[in-house]
Amino acid sequence: MSIMFWANGLKTFALGGVHPSENKISAGKKIESVPVPNLVSIPISQHIGAPATPVVEPRQKVKVGEVIAKSEGFVSAQIHASASGTVTKVDKVLDSSGYKRDAIIIRVDGDEWLETIDMGSEIKRDFSLSSEEIIKKIAESGIVGLGGATFPSHVKLSVPKGKTAEYLVINGVECEPYLTSDHELMLEHAEEIVIGARILMKALKVGKAFIGIENNKKDAIKIFQDLLRGDDTIRVEPLKVMYPQGGEKQLIKAVLNREVPSGGLPIDVGVVVHNVGTAFAVYEAIQKNKPLIERIVTVTGKGIAKPCNLKVRIGTPVADLIEAAGGLPENVGKIIAGGPMMGKAINGVDVPVAKGTSGILILSEEESRRGKQKNCIRCSKCVQVCPMGLEPYLLMAEIEKDMFARAEKDKILDCIECGSCSYVCPSDRALLDYIRLGKKSVMAMKKKIA
Amino acid sequence: MLTVSPSPHIHKEQSVPTLMYGVVFALAPAIAMSVYVFGLKALMVMVYAVLSCLLFEFLITRFLLKKETSITDGSGIITGLLLAFNLPSSIPWWAVILGSLVAIGIGKMAFGGLGNNPFNPALVGRVFLLLSFPVPMTNWPAPMASRWNLVDAVSGATPLGIIKEGLDAGLSIPELIQKLPPYYEFFIGNQGGCIGEVSGLALTLGFLYMLYKKIITWHIPVSMIGSVALFSGIFWLINPDKYMDPLFQVLTGGVLLGAFFMATDYVTSPMSYRGMIIFGIGIGLITVVIRLWGAYPEGVSFAILIMNAFVPMINKYLKPKRFGVK
Repeated sequence: MSIMFWANGLKTFALGGVHPSENKISAGKKIESVPVPNLVSIPISQHIGAPATPVVEPRQKVKVGEVIAKSEGFVSAQIHASASGTVTKVDKVLDSSGYKRDAIIIRVDGDEWLETIDMGSEIKRDFSLSSEEIIKKIAESGIVGLGGATFPSHVKLSVPKGKTAEYLVINGVECEPYLTSDHELMLEHAEEIVIGARILMKALKVGKAFIGIENNKKDAIKIFQDLLRGDDTIRVEPLKVMYPQGGEKQLIKAVLNREVPSGGLPIDVGVVVHNVGTAFAVYEAIQKNKPLIERIVTVTGKGIAKPCNLKVRIGTPVADLIEAAGGLPENVGKIIAGGPMMGKAINGVDVPVAKGTSGILILSEEESRRGKQKNCIRCSKCVQVCPMGLEPYLLMAEIEKDMFARAEKDKILDCIECGSCSYVCPSDRALLDYIRLGKKSVMAMKKKIA
Repeated sequence: MLTVSPSPHIHKEQSVPTLMYGVVFALAPAIAMSVYVFGLKALMVMVYAVLSCLLFEFLITRFLLKKETSITDGSGIITGLLLAFNLPSSIPWWAVILGSLVAIGIGKMAFGGLGNNPFNPALVGRVFLLLSFPVPMTNWPAPMASRWNLVDAVSGATPLGIIKEGLDAGLSIPELIQKLPPYYEFFIGNQGGCIGEVSGLALTLGFLYMLYKKIITWHIPVSMIGSVALFSGIFWLINPDKYMDPLFQVLTGGVLLGAFFMATDYVTSPMSYRGMIIFGIGIGLITVVIRLWGAYPEGVSFAILIMNAFVPMINKYLKPKRFGVK
């Protein structure tokens, strides 16, 4: 059962997985820029780790690209002004986490960029920086994992003592249904992504990289294959379509047949994974001196008039994106920041786009309705689809009874929260809801003991 | 008003009823073959069993448990059909109704309804009838005879019964095989036995459908059939004069019905692939032991019920392959 799974000659990960309807209705839609809004709200916590500390005062003038909040310690990220204008205040703003958290608000005036940023469109290839310089520059540019996890990229690139990186894996999987932002980025900016990958390889001091792309993006696979013909340092790896292949552990298993140990990190098997969006941001940071101030966001949903892929300044309200996609449909049940499997439902259209916002998905009331929870019929479908080999039905039962020690023994902390179990459950059981709660309690319990 | 609930935000088009009606659909070829082989009486037994299972489930949920009735989820229909499948077509109507009461009342609802019962409800009903009314339960109407006649059927014996009685009378296997039709007749359905167990072909079609629709996986059926073939094969190789060959063992006496539709019952089978395989092997082994040395000529029902009892232990010790754990 642990042998590699080959189907249609394509690789995928070995355990579990589901294949929801892909619904990539915005595929092939060229990236369009959303006008800079009158007001941007830039959260100081858009990443995993400590929130950044604001370094601007009210009434201070800022230019695009200027640092407005400094990273707080190693696991944190810089925040830059995504628009030029006047800082009005630091205020509590509802963000995609569902909480009101600090954000820097800028009243926009024109679009004046720092002179140091190269705004030209010509492709540059300067590989003169050393590994340390690259990592420093990436940290200064505020780059975080753009696939949605938002882990600060410089931390992933700083290989801990005693470990060595052997391979870089570039994640172009985009396994979430509906989302196409990475796909479109690959189609339009493949060369830049490859340059970004080479910079990342240099930072990690590895000689070999893979670009993993699911086979529902044949055009992107072909572009990279053409681009990399005769180059054996970076290989394109077409993958069988299977959710959650974009998860780091699943992707490494699919591409390299290596299994990150339970509780471990990719670097434990000599691998570092970065998203294609991150590779593109790295290109812009190193070659164009441009910090992370904008990203590609898919705006989609069956009721949306013009599903699209938009280039958006960080801090733009979601309302502007929906406007650009033809406005809110009449029947709206849920607005999701991210994809339908792992995204977060947001509570209003004023929520600002953050570094991790890969998509805005609008679901109708019918699509948002959850089925009524019924008895577990022990069909074992949750066990069969779990990509981590866990038993979601059992974990839920344990958490219902506060059996946290048992849940820990049953590897609850290995759960990657992909949602495959809740997705398949014929009894509509809230498996992942309980497992999430349980993970929190188990971590709290472990802290207490330690 | 926006809904704000945690991910995932989409759900597979799959519910308990879609799965259960999928199983009912998979049973259709076997239902058709049972009527073809045993005639109207088989149809009547199925109708009695399904209706009385649904009625008892309705009455119990409505008046005893006082909760929302669960009869629309499709599981009661499956229990009724599978109970009927495990009865001879000549069974009196009152026995069918009594068996349904035991299956639903004791086998299923006494434990809390669908999802909580440790034993396969249809088999609980069948074994209750077999132990309480051994005579009508072992009176086997001959296949393809007096099919459109609701009274007096011609009785025969099941292939396993012919072998067991013959061996007890001191005959050898090569002599006994002369009395049997060729095996492909068994596979099509021309053999004495319970209503639903006779046609391996029809059951296999249903199995393939369930695999295709991903209602069940291959693990339990394949390991169970393989285990019956393996263990009976060992003894056949040792002494072919005393023991029947593995193909005969697989094609007769409800091995295929048990493997495809009874042992794969969600509620009463293990949760991990490893567990399913051990479960299937266990059923096959116990079936062969009962057949070769037990008092009953067949043994699949008892084997499944015995292994049902081991399921909690199997789930406890046979965990799925964990990612990242050697």
